[in-house]
Amino acid sequence: MNPAPAATQSHGIVRLEIPAIAEWVAVARLAVAAVASRQRFSVDDIEDIKLAVAESCTNAIQHGAVDNVISIVCEVGTDGIVITVSDRGQGPPLSAVEEERIGEGGRTEELGVFLIRALMDSVEYTSDVHGGTQLVMVKRVSG
Amino acid sequence: MDIKVSVRESEGDAYVVDLTGEIDVYTSPKVKDAITELIDREHYHLVINLEKVRYIDSTGLGVLIGGLKRVREHGGSVNLVCTNPQIKKIFDITGLVKIFGIFDDEQSAMKALA
Repeated sequence: MNPAPAATQSHGIVRLEIPAIAEWVAVARLAVAAVASRQRFSVDDIEDIKLAVAESCTNAIQHGAVDNVISIVCEVGTDGIVITVSDRGQGPPLSAVEEERIGEGGRTEELGVFLIRALMDSVEYTSDVHGGTQLVMVKRVSG
Repeated sequence: MDIKVSVRESEGDAYVVDLTGEIDVYTSPKVKDAITELIDREHYHLVINLEKVRYIDSTGLGVLIGGLKRVREHGGSVNLVCTNPQIKKIFDITGLVKIFGIFDDEQSAMKALA
């Protein structure tokens, strides 16, 4: 599946694969932050992107990336960045993303998906027991 | 990336947990262990100081929520010290500002403990 159209003109694509292991999540978020800094994002926006990527990787780890690999593709474009995170696990329950706000009763996995949706401009989740999970998220340059 | 966790006794039966670094899926078990140990030792009034925390994700939030649930079962409370705008924003958008007491300094957090 191709990344969602966020950026009208691609300025470059960066591909990264990390082991689906907790200690590698920091590497993923820092690498994506470096890629995002090529675009005119504010510091706050880059922090949002870092957290969204980390939550995506955490979901992949917690929901079984069966081949032990998480793939992250960043496409930097004129208007922003499209980030596709995919693995071959089942992904989090999609019902988790419907809550407007997550309070004390919220589970961590719900918090993670909720944060991704709150911090990014567009999020598309597809999960298939046989084909794995793919998350395509877009952050647009504001202003 | 790592997290430094240190625990110190404060006024009364209150304890302060000082955290320095980044709280994510890799480091949050260390934070959980420190909070769990305090609660297991029947310390139910906690201030968790996030002033030197640069980053927190949902697993970190989950640890804080879990700690709060446990101390509340014993009539206790957890207050947070947080001045980082990005981290405050995470508490705000998740609605957790309504659940935790969040303060700009340790003295205020300590005073507000139930």
